[in-house]
Amino acid sequence: MSERTEEYYVPEGSPWPLVASVGLFLIAVGGTNFIQQSTAFGETLGNEGNWGHWVLAAGAVWMIVTLFYWWRDTIRESLGGLHSDQMDISYRQGMLWFIFSEVMFFAAFFGALFYVRWLVVPWLGGAGSNAMTHELLWPSFQAMWPLTETPSGETTQAMGAWGLPALNTAILLVSSITLTIAHHALLENDRKRLIIFQGITILLGLVFLFFQIEEYIHAYQDMGLTLDAGIYGSLFFMLTGFHGLHVTLGTVMLIVMFLRVLKGHFSPDNNFGWEAAAWYWHFVDVVWLFLFVVVYWL
Amino acid sequence: MTSVAATHEDHHDHHHAPTGWRRWLYSTNHKDIGTLYLWFSFAMFLVGGLMAMVIRVELMYPGMQVVAPDFFNQMTTVHGLVMIFGGVMPAFVGLANWMVPLMIGAPDMALPRMNNWSFWILPFAFAILLFSVLMSAFGPGNPPAPNFGWTFYAPLSTEYGPASTDFFVLSVHMMGISSIMGAINVIVTVFNLRAPGMTLMKMPLFVWTWLITAFLLIAVMPVLAGAVTMVLTDRHFGTAFFDAAGGGDPVLFQHIFWFFGHPEVYIMILPSFGIISSIVPTFARKPLFGYSSMVYATASIALLSFLVWAHHMFTVGMPLAGMLFFMYMTVLISVPTGVKVFNWIATMWRGAITFELPMKWALAFIILFTIGGLSGLMLAMTPLDFQYHDTYFVVAHFHYVLVPGAIFGIFAAVYYWLPKWSGVMYDKFWGEVHFWSSLVFVNLLFFPMHFVGLAGMPRRYADYALQFSDYNWWISIGGFGFGLSQLALLYVVLKCASKKGEAAPDKPWDGAEGLEWTVPSPAPFHTFEKPPLVK
Ligand SMILES: [Cu+2]
Repeated sequence: MSERTEEYYVPEGSPWPLVASVGLFLIAVGGTNFIQQSTAFGETLGNEGNWGHWVLAAGAVWMIVTLFYWWRDTIRESLGGLHSDQMDISYRQGMLWFIFSEVMFFAAFFGALFYVRWLVVPWLGGAGSNAMTHELLWPSFQAMWPLTETPSGETTQAMGAWGLPALNTAILLVSSITLTIAHHALLENDRKRLIIFQGITILLGLVFLFFQIEEYIHAYQDMGLTLDAGIYGSLFFMLTGFHGLHVTLGTVMLIVMFLRVLKGHFSPDNNFGWEAAAWYWHFVDVVWLFLFVVVYWL
Repeated sequence: MTSVAATHEDHHDHHHAPTGWRRWLYSTNHKDIGTLYLWFSFAMFLVGGLMAMVIRVELMYPGMQVVAPDFFNQMTTVHGLVMIFGGVMPAFVGLANWMVPLMIGAPDMALPRMNNWSFWILPFAFAILLFSVLMSAFGPGNPPAPNFGWTFYAPLSTEYGPASTDFFVLSVHMMGISSIMGAINVIVTVFNLRAPGMTLMKMPLFVWTWLITAFLLIAVMPVLAGAVTMVLTDRHFGTAFFDAAGGGDPVLFQHIFWFFGHPEVYIMILPSFGIISSIVPTFARKPLFGYSSMVYATASIALLSFLVWAHHMFTVGMPLAGMLFFMYMTVLISVPTGVKVFNWIATMWRGAITFELPMKWALAFIILFTIGGLSGLMLAMTPLDFQYHDTYFVVAHFHYVLVPGAIFGIFAAVYYWLPKWSGVMYDKFWGEVHFWSSLVFVNLLFFPMHFVGLAGMPRRYADYALQFSDYNWWISIGGFGFGLSQLALLYVVLKCASKKGEAAPDKPWDGAEGLEWTVPSPAPFHTFEKPPLVK
């Protein structure tokens, strides 16, 4: 590894941004057609083709390959010493603001949860000045949370907090600790400890995802808790589902960083990619804690 | 090691600009990407303008004239979307790209490749959205484009939304990704790439207002993404977010949407505040009055913008305490906004003012934006809003803040910095034509809307009661005139872009201050590779 430059590195032209935009375009067009061509509502829209999934898959592959080459270029520049300390700070700040944007995405769904739980459901039950709403729309509706019977009469069971969800909470908490141990190992140049504890973290992530899938199967097969079981099911699956998607992404990031550790890419003072993945993991962890309290527990 | 050395040399060898199509498609240069953004936004401005022309042709006379009511609804919807996400926002990002590094003495934007990605997502996103309009106009069976208004309220966009709704959802996702990445780039550039000595409180106000705008973008674009995602899952996957029968609430949509929507209107005005704060001191030949109060006012406006969203929903049904809260918060915003207008006027007080074109646009901005602000104050009063809600009074209000507000700010910026960008002075004659005709027609277009709105003409209808006929005829004339006036701008910009005109000195405005005037005109491909020292 060479000495780092002092100059702020402005890369020469790169094809990847444009190519990645094409990838997003394919994902958007393919994804939309796929949805319309495969759902019941989509049938009413008259989209009769059967090709959306191919375009979506092509777009996904296109995107993964593009990002691989894009980041390969970036990694080469970094290993070549072209990234100054100032550039390192740019990457770090960029990652933190990206995580902030993710927080706000989850905030939209958490906000929906609070609004529904504290206002909509009581109002439908006649609270406040809404006695006539209750009387005229669904007089037999009982306000409760979790909403196990919707105004139109769909029923479901509520997902308890103790059991799998509590176990998953423990798993994520432990994974945060093991990742922190790995982080210290990275900073102290202790390769062996880094590899072991990062490996454990990845395994914990995979176990979490496995249990999450188990929980979904249980919900769908035994509890009648589905995405279309009213607002409780909607919120439950959208919140835990988007969280699960982020755990998946975080696990992939950790795996990629694991491979890069094996290749010897990181050092105590050149490790942005690794730390970015670790920050992301902690963010996913915090979202889960919040989720455990307001979705499962309370 | 040799490869590294080679890359280094390579880097130094390539200080001349790359040429051909690669220069634009592969760009990592903040000036080129800024230019791309500005041209894209101008193209969208014309496309959205054409849709406005369709609306005004239809409304010129009472009764149905040229388009079917559903197509009229598609025009109002897509006009709004194109102007907001394709016209105003990319124009501001383009200006930020060009000017923020020049103003703070940075070599480029902090993350140049991501910068290019932010841009190139946009043409694809708008291709998806505009394709649905083309299909609606010319495609087999004319499947409708989005027709539920740019605010896409549920259930119009869920149960009743046409097939194009889903494409609209994904194109909004792409616009959001683009905006968020663009905003991250601006924030990081400002925080990390300022020249030595350029402390935060020495930054030009355009940089400050953009920094705060970028914060707003990162905070609310993901919320918009959440809203469109819920629309998509409500449509296709049986979720009940906006469906009362499942325990959800269509009003929830409005809350989420306007939590994004209100900060969004400041996203579309704060950078213009920054532009005006750069231009007024230059042509008044006095330093900006109350610099730090301008910074704090901008920050207060931004923070308050998160607490006022439900003023768009007074008639929808809300607890009284909620209505009062949102009314008072909204009225509170007029305080920092008033501080700004006061400071601009105080800057001009006893200044040696000259009236070059950028200053003309700035003055028009201050007066006409204030009109839009005052009608906004009227709309903020809950009981008054019961009368004005969803009438042309609202249309008049937000067009006053967006057209002679945000867009006049952009025009002011273009005339102010065009000499720096192109190296030649703009064509004064056609610039004056552009200004005066825009000024007259924009008022003819939007001012009478206050009257028809107060008299009860509802917005978003393809027809109206006969008593509104005379005003609507004049409004349409104003619309056509304003649309045609923009061709003068196209001519002025094309002439500068082809380097025809009087050569511009490095600092064409004698009262101007700031780092951007210390570099040659036109600004060379790379600037401030060695950061300047700011005293
Ligand atoms: Cu508002």
